[in-house]
Amino acid sequence: MDFFDRFAVPHPSLAIYASMAAIGLTVIAVFAGLTYFKKWGYLWREWLTTVDHKRIGIMYLLSALLMLFRGGVDAIMMRAQLAVPENTLLDAQHYNEIFTTHGIVMILFMAMPFIMFFMNFVVPLQIGARDVAFPRLNALSFWLFFMGAMLFNISFVVGGSPDAGWTSYFPLAGTEFSKSVGSNYYMIAIQIAGIGTLMTGINFITTILKMRAPGMTLMKMPMFTWSALIANVIIVFAFPVLAVLLAMGTLDRQIGTHFFTMDNGGMDMLWANIFWVWGHPEVYILILPAFGIYSEVISTFARRNLYGYKSMVGSMVLISLLSFFVWLHHFFTMGQGALTNSIFSITTMAIAVPTGVKIFNWLLTLRKGKIVFTTPMLYSMLFIPLFTLGGVTGVMLGMSAADYQYHNTMFLVAHFHNVIIPGVVYAMLAGLHYYWPKMFGFMLNEKIGKWTAWLLSIGFVLAFMPMYISGLDGQARRMYTYSEAAGFGAMNMISFVGAAIMAIGFVLIVYNIYYSTRYETRDISNDPWDARTLEWSTHTPVPEYNFAILPEVRSNEALWDAKKNGHVLFKGEYEKIHMPNNSGIPFIMSCIFFVWGFSFIFSLWIPVILTTIGIFICMALRSFEQDHGRYISVKEIEETETNLRGA
Amino acid sequence: MKIDNSLPLEYSTEENSLKILGFWIFLGAEIMLFATLFATYFTLENRTGSGPTGAEIFQITPVLFETILLLTSSFTVGLGIHAMRIGNKKAMISFFSITLLLGLAFLGVEIFEFVTYVHEGASIQTSAFTAALLTTLGTHGAHVTLGFFWGLFIILQIKKRGLTPQTTNKAFIFSLYWHFLDVVWIFIFSFIYLKGMM
Repeated sequence: MDFFDRFAVPHPSLAIYASMAAIGLTVIAVFAGLTYFKKWGYLWREWLTTVDHKRIGIMYLLSALLMLFRGGVDAIMMRAQLAVPENTLLDAQHYNEIFTTHGIVMILFMAMPFIMFFMNFVVPLQIGARDVAFPRLNALSFWLFFMGAMLFNISFVVGGSPDAGWTSYFPLAGTEFSKSVGSNYYMIAIQIAGIGTLMTGINFITTILKMRAPGMTLMKMPMFTWSALIANVIIVFAFPVLAVLLAMGTLDRQIGTHFFTMDNGGMDMLWANIFWVWGHPEVYILILPAFGIYSEVISTFARRNLYGYKSMVGSMVLISLLSFFVWLHHFFTMGQGALTNSIFSITTMAIAVPTGVKIFNWLLTLRKGKIVFTTPMLYSMLFIPLFTLGGVTGVMLGMSAADYQYHNTMFLVAHFHNVIIPGVVYAMLAGLHYYWPKMFGFMLNEKIGKWTAWLLSIGFVLAFMPMYISGLDGQARRMYTYSEAAGFGAMNMISFVGAAIMAIGFVLIVYNIYYSTRYETRDISNDPWDARTLEWSTHTPVPEYNFAILPEVRSNEALWDAKKNGHVLFKGEYEKIHMPNNSGIPFIMSCIFFVWGFSFIFSLWIPVILTTIGIFICMALRSFEQDHGRYISVKEIEETETNLRGA
Repeated sequence: MKIDNSLPLEYSTEENSLKILGFWIFLGAEIMLFATLFATYFTLENRTGSGPTGAEIFQITPVLFETILLLTSSFTVGLGIHAMRIGNKKAMISFFSITLLLGLAFLGVEIFEFVTYVHEGASIQTSAFTAALLTTLGTHGAHVTLGFFWGLFIILQIKKRGLTPQTTNKAFIFSLYWHFLDVVWIFIFSFIYLKGMM
């Protein structure tokens, strides 16, 4: 039995046993359902082995929504625990685990795949390409991300969750203070997902640089593609840093090295520094594509071209550069000198300048526009004031002298939720409503959509504004309870009410998907929003090859040109189209990675060696494989095109 | 597949040129990976705890051997690509084989060096300095090991399938990788060994 003891959760509770049962039942239900409806073959052929960027995008979306609810449950539990003083709903250990997993799940396993979904689904369509540069690598990226996410999520029921915060600072995350395997899960699961992300970065830079439609110069790219390009450049430069950091963390925890320990020369602050050298650019990886989506949505529904295209691009480039020079502002209070703090204070505040330029560009796009208030536009309009508020408190936190008051209080928690929810989450929801018809051929219900947007915003304000106040009053973050005398009770109760309203909002999104799937009309055009860019010029649903004839482009709004200025997008005859074949290797290899990760976490060295060999065998098979893809004949294209035209 | 005959074989199709650009971007990521390792090493260089310092364990002889072996292998892989460009399959395979043998010899010396360090009481668990040192060297060594098998597979494919757009593309990308490892070694040689011995 000793062998199995290690898989037990160190401090079980009812919630954990309930989750175990729920996970078990769900898995059984999924397997039974697939078998009963004879869908295993369909699943394998159409999804698990697919290399189509649109389907991979949709799988990213499903994972992101799933993780949104996992992270959301964590959030509501935290708010419930803090709602009243001296609450005993959760004990300290559970609270630690929950704020840790909430952070990681939301940033790395919800926001990242949401961004990846948009990049996968939109970028090739927007630049008039038939797929990404390396379709099979793209599948591998997705499956590695997915396996990393699954591995992280089973930590809750097998062996124990990480509990040292999403930043996992040493020495707290070291073996001395975090004895359970929880922090091993952190190191390995994020490592696996991170490898996938890095490969996505390489893939999309190559795609955007090399596969644009004829006539689309860099400065004629739609703004979302620009933001994706810059975000991917940041990925390529930031994620290797994370890979090394996590590897060193693993070595410290499992091999007994002394990178971050308190003895034998180890330096705990090294972790904090390297973590944020990756961590700060990471938040710009999330926010830049979000800005891209707002740019598309605002210009579409203001019925105007985007104001200040060049300054938009310039400010994004500037933000991406500055993002690598601000990491120290995350720990102004941890013992640097005044000069160092001042330098990082200035670089931090400097980021507000290009961000402000973008805000003004959106406002000026709206000026004299014929604004249409659709759900995506409503999210964008709510974004501008709320995000600006978050930006201003960011500048407050960026002042190193003042930061001594704010550091590690709820003020900080309020700040980063204030930028990430109206900034990133609203963009994701705006984009979800905006691109939904292109994906599935029907729109999401506008009425429910607007209700959701308002509920989320009211809930957001109620949940996070009180934190600014209680934070300034001295409520520390990550504290699992507080005494009645502290006087934080009222503020935290308001926060809890806000969080509950947000939860209703998120449930409404699911209801909207259900409702619209059943009742919304399928009779929509290829361009239901009267949009401006190429993704709306092809059929809905998008055929496998995206464009029967590659479009020719004259401006950054090619479709608008075609609609208003008589520009002809598609010239010439059909030619046979070269497409990549499906492959099971990415999925199988990622499954082996999952077993590898699991064995590594529990230091089961023999399975680690075997699975390592398995991974290399997959790579070798890929090397020796000869796969020249396949061709779609002109006849097939004609048939598909006639069907889709709905003649 | 469209083949553009005005370009070298390894660039001749669209897919090939995509792969080469993609690999350059990957090398950009690799630079960040090693930069992080170097930054860690420089931070922890003098934090030797109760273990030995760099000056106490570094020896010039094996390091010089390693440097000569790896630099030569970079030269021979260049000759191999030259042979590939002029269509000389046999010469190319010979040069690639020599490259891999030199790589293997490099690894041999490196393993010997690691064993010596451990015997002198500088294992990866000794101190922050040894952890950073051996992780940096080990990451480079792991890259060379991976490169050895990769190169071997490419030789086998060229033997079997000849110089096609696909095989030449793989060989060219492999050569980029190999040169990159050499560049990293030059940094290791200068800023870890020479600096440490001074």
